[in-house]
Amino acid sequence: MENTSVSIKALDLNFGSVQVLRNLNLDIGDGEFLVLLGSSGCGKSTLLNCIAGLLEVSGGQIFIKDRNVTWEQPSERGIGMVFQSYALYPQMTVRGNLSFGLKNARLPKDEIASKIARAAEILQIEPLLDRKPAALSGGQRQRVAIGRALVREVDVFLFDEPLSNLDAKLRADLRVEIKRLHNQLENTMIYVTHDQIEAMTLADRIAIMKDGLIQQLADPHEIYNKPVNKYVAGFIGSPTMNFLNGQVLGDSFTTGDLTMPLKSYDFSEDGAAGGPAWLGVRPEHVFIGHLVDEQPVTAEITVELFEPMGSDTLIYTTLAGQDFHFRVDGQEVVHIGDKIRIGFDPARCSLFDHASEKRM
Amino acid sequence: MVDVSQASASAPVSARALEGPSGPIPRRTFSRRNIFLYGTLFVVCVYYAIPLYVMVVTSLKGMPEIRMGNIFSPPMEITFAPWVKAWSQACTGLKCEGLSVGFWNSVRITVPSVIISIAIASVNGYALANWRFKGANVFFTILIFGAFIPYQVMLYPIVIMLREIGLYGDLAGLVIVHSIFGMPILTLLFRNYFTSLPEELFKAARVDGAGFWGIYFRIMLPMSIPIFTVATILQVTGIWNDFLFGVVYTGPEAYPMTVALNNIVNSTQGVIEYNVNMAATILTGLVPLSIYFVSGRLFVRGIAAGAVKG
Repeated sequence: MENTSVSIKALDLNFGSVQVLRNLNLDIGDGEFLVLLGSSGCGKSTLLNCIAGLLEVSGGQIFIKDRNVTWEQPSERGIGMVFQSYALYPQMTVRGNLSFGLKNARLPKDEIASKIARAAEILQIEPLLDRKPAALSGGQRQRVAIGRALVREVDVFLFDEPLSNLDAKLRADLRVEIKRLHNQLENTMIYVTHDQIEAMTLADRIAIMKDGLIQQLADPHEIYNKPVNKYVAGFIGSPTMNFLNGQVLGDSFTTGDLTMPLKSYDFSEDGAAGGPAWLGVRPEHVFIGHLVDEQPVTAEITVELFEPMGSDTLIYTTLAGQDFHFRVDGQEVVHIGDKIRIGFDPARCSLFDHASEKRM
Repeated sequence: MVDVSQASASAPVSARALEGPSGPIPRRTFSRRNIFLYGTLFVVCVYYAIPLYVMVVTSLKGMPEIRMGNIFSPPMEITFAPWVKAWSQACTGLKCEGLSVGFWNSVRITVPSVIISIAIASVNGYALANWRFKGANVFFTILIFGAFIPYQVMLYPIVIMLREIGLYGDLAGLVIVHSIFGMPILTLLFRNYFTSLPEELFKAARVDGAGFWGIYFRIMLPMSIPIFTVATILQVTGIWNDFLFGVVYTGPEAYPMTVALNNIVNSTQGVIEYNVNMAATILTGLVPLSIYFVSGRLFVRGIAAGAVKG
């Protein structure tokens, strides 16, 4: 990485005797869009609050633009923050909300006005400037909240689940808008979410967190295709990955009555090479129809349940005595009890050691 | 598909929909439930309203009429003389200056006490809710404990303390006492209110570079009108109605209105002028009463805004 924008070194955070973050190290590049992804309680928002300076760290250092800001006030760190609940000051107009931080920084009036005009133009909220937040829709409020970070012309934007309070359609719209904004401003952005779609679509790199530790830090492609452990594999991807319990013996994987060759599988260098293991198969990597014959592994299954979702249909079944589900095209006609031949390629699967759940 | 849509629009279906119960459940105006409910409400209303009625009626009568003994009958000749006398001539002990002196004393006690106690308590509550400092919980627990200590226990120690700092018998001393005694409950009130405000607002303001006082005055205060109203009502009525502190910590020159009222009503010489007593009592109660009338709606809104919960 050429230039680091935010650098977190050996960060610890305790609430009383509870360790929330443990020896956390993270370097975020200049202009990078980093997503902190994890289920609730994993410490991702806590980490963001530490970067913002809203929480005092118990140990370690935080650098922003090569400046040690560990002991500095949030306003002195060169960050802007957007919150899930928008956190707009209800008694001020949109203009008042945007100018509050600038007034606190004692900027001259004409400079404040020009900065607000610029931010309002970027976010297309000019007609709303004299309204109170109560008179805005959810999407407009979130735009104003982004504007409040924008006017301060900071180096780093922090987003704390900014789209979680919006309905599905607006969320998709604003997601695109945030991405566009990032392309336009080229600021460093750190974005906390529990929504994997947001993470996959927005991120340059994703940091998946669990129990205060970063499980994997990689670009979305890598995270999706080569998850480092079973937790990451199960967390990313919708519908979730199938896990088949079996044994790796030499060059093959055996589960129940199914044995498959692993010659094409790309074993990781530091993982276990054999023994009990989980085979992770993504539902969208399972094929039916004429494509089956090209796949190294084939089997015949019985449809137990299916969920038509329009574009796809999800089929639930049993494979080698274990629950299994896979995705077929939405135009396929299926009935409960149908026998279907399926096939998949172990090269696109993931193997995890049974005990450590690490990638093999 | 076509058949279905036609069937739903045709007559037989809508006719069938009208059979059996449909629409709102019919309710009788004079059901047993309603008679019981409104009957009880009426009785309770009368129970509370009759004393007030008797007071108003009696205060408008002359003494000869009162002596006839019909306390419920309206005045035959309306006279405001008892009111004038209660305000400016009634005797409180040695002096005969009516309630007016006590009224102004009460104003001079209530206004600064209310302002000081609310100003301090709101900052206390804000600090406790938003700026978690070391020992905040201990401090808060002590404060809550203070709210439950009976006042009588502290009467005499405070007399000594006031005497030592030379404020015993002075209005200022009473103002200090009222401000301090209002602190536990008001701090609790404000703390709970500020805790109920979204924490992210506070965080956003910090990111925007506002400090302790900046956030208090520009973010928290404008959002807290309801709770300030509640606190004002609580304090005005509480301090205005106070008798114990007033009689203990002030001298005759500085007696508040409640003490003056007591002295008028309990003065033992001469005839007991019921009409003057009634007028004096109503005059004394008028301030809290009008506060409720003016701000009752805000009061309810403040309570409903989560002010008094947990």
